[in-house]
Amino acid sequence: MGNDSDATEKYWRRNLRLIAVLLAIWATVSLGFGIALAPWLDQFKLPGTEFPLGFWFAQQGSIFTFVILIFVYSWRMNRLDDDFSAGQDGQ
Amino acid sequence: MTVTAWTSLLVGASFLLYIVIAIRSRATSTGEFYIAGQHVPPLANGMATAADWMSAASFISMAGIISFSGYDGSVYLMGWTGGYVLLALLLAPYLRKFGKYTVPDFIGERYYSQTARLVAVICAIFISFTYVAGQMRGVGVVFSRFLEVDVTYGVIIGMAIVFIYAVLGGMKGITYTQVAQYCVLIFAFMVPAIFISLMVADTAIPQIGFGSTPDGEEMSLLARLDGLHEQLGFTKYTLGSGNTINLLAITFALMAGTAGLPHVIIRFYTVPSVRAARKSAGWALLFIAILYTTAPAVAVFARTNLIDTVENKSYAEIPDWFRKWEDTDLIAWVDKDGDGRVKYRAGNALDPAKPSFLEGRGVSGERLLSNTPTSNANELYVDRDIMVLANPEIAGLPNWVIALVAAGGLAAALSTAAGLLLVVSTSISHDLLRKWLRPDLSDREELLAARISAGAAVCIAGYLGINPPGYVAEVVAFAFGLAAASFFPAILMGIFMKRMNREGAISGMLVGLIFTASYIIYFRFLHPELDTVENWWWGISTKGIGTVGMCFNFMIAGIVRSFTPDPPEDVVRMVEEIRTPERRAG
Repeated sequence: MGNDSDATEKYWRRNLRLIAVLLAIWATVSLGFGIALAPWLDQFKLPGTEFPLGFWFAQQGSIFTFVILIFVYSWRMNRLDDDFSAGQDGQ
Repeated sequence: MTVTAWTSLLVGASFLLYIVIAIRSRATSTGEFYIAGQHVPPLANGMATAADWMSAASFISMAGIISFSGYDGSVYLMGWTGGYVLLALLLAPYLRKFGKYTVPDFIGERYYSQTARLVAVICAIFISFTYVAGQMRGVGVVFSRFLEVDVTYGVIIGMAIVFIYAVLGGMKGITYTQVAQYCVLIFAFMVPAIFISLMVADTAIPQIGFGSTPDGEEMSLLARLDGLHEQLGFTKYTLGSGNTINLLAITFALMAGTAGLPHVIIRFYTVPSVRAARKSAGWALLFIAILYTTAPAVAVFARTNLIDTVENKSYAEIPDWFRKWEDTDLIAWVDKDGDGRVKYRAGNALDPAKPSFLEGRGVSGERLLSNTPTSNANELYVDRDIMVLANPEIAGLPNWVIALVAAGGLAAALSTAAGLLLVVSTSISHDLLRKWLRPDLSDREELLAARISAGAAVCIAGYLGINPPGYVAEVVAFAFGLAAASFFPAILMGIFMKRMNREGAISGMLVGLIFTASYIIYFRFLHPELDTVENWWWGISTKGIGTVGMCFNFMIAGIVRSFTPDPPEDVVRMVEEIRTPERRAG
């Protein structure tokens, strides 16, 4: 029982840490690069294109990043779930 | 073949497809009717979610909104996609683990309270009806523009189709028609976009095209558009209006609102497992992103095309599409300076802004208006919807592409309408009847009740589509504000704060709701003349106020929780259960 709740506790902490990291990136690319810092970033161009960088983050870059974030979360969490189940079965 | 013939053919064929799917996937139990028996594979659910989410507004209006607002339109792009990250990381997997049928179900059981359930039911029904009125209207509008059918008959045809597959198949029927509708709508959106990108930017990928410099040109498309804008007195296309706090608040409210919309959340109950729910959120956003990253490209192409085609041209030398869309009231021109040439400048050309046409033609052959011309130099009224609707014609694409846009617009409107109507129907049959008024209902009776309420909801939606309340646009701000200030925080705290109790959650929801609703009602309905940035609290508009409402919700919930009793042990165990991963079968 003790081990069981330890494992659950650990699983939950790792989940929260992963969520925190991904949401930090989520906020940085959209609210940060796309809005708050956009006027400053606009002095640069997205390499290889003619997009002002802030404008690109607001209309393209943030959306691409969001898609990647969800797939990363899904991939990491599904693996974490496997580890958790394996740990449970071993006891 | 003519455009009308092509349109009838494509629309007819797509409707036939939806009906065949509906007949093949009839629901036989409440489990199938509410959540498609939880058999939907993640990829299919991703497509269904994308179709569920992308409405007539996303398909027809969004590119136009961005086209006319430039950088400021980004809030919709980021808000309506960023919400899926919140949904995928914070809500969907846990709600799937909970596994019950509706959002009010979760709120009611997590906060062990019928009052909480009732508040959630009312919000869900209100949000869904607000939204669905616009969808039905969209169906009618597409019919009237492309097939010259009266808007009323258009709405009735749309109702009949939704009625068949929603009442018969419930969630099961809706899911598989939505998969087909996604394919139709994305194909219909991408084909003209790719054609135009090839023509304007010499690349088949619009996302790259609008940031490039076309062969033989000196300036990039965006730099040229910025230049045109400055020349004509508009703000630069790639530059915002500068109210950063308001942009942040709007974006966040749209994100949290998206994550809290019941018809989107409910889609994640239909997959077989928590793992599938996570994956399917990724697919959903990928499928949405295809359209959402293309729309800003279409916006730039269409905007440049429009200015190049009409600015300082005489009425006679402008191509035919101009007069065709003038005939359908989407374009109007008033020759203020009497030189026979169209001047397109910043500001409203007309007062009131929407044109009302008179019989008869002016000197150049333009339709006459009863509006008063405004004192600025702008002579042109262009409805924003034209950017998608007329794009194929402006670019001179073949007739079948124009017809495709009609079929795509209908697919977008019908798929969203069906998802919303299902929320209304389950809220009534499951949350109100089974869980509250008539707990003794058998599964068969509940299924019958679900079908009847779905049928009734379709009829009410149709009525709202034929007689739209004059404030549809305002009401959509409502839907997002309320979802952000009520559902999102309540569900989030329900999952991540084990000790959040009934008293805290209910008072938080009520404060969030009442604050947000009062702010919107005050500025939109009671004192629209005060709706300017000087009067807004913290410079935040009604579109962004949901963010503030959400903060109040969290604060009040936390304070009330601290001096009221802890939730009962079985609720705490339920939360632990939701957080623990499921064992993999086999």
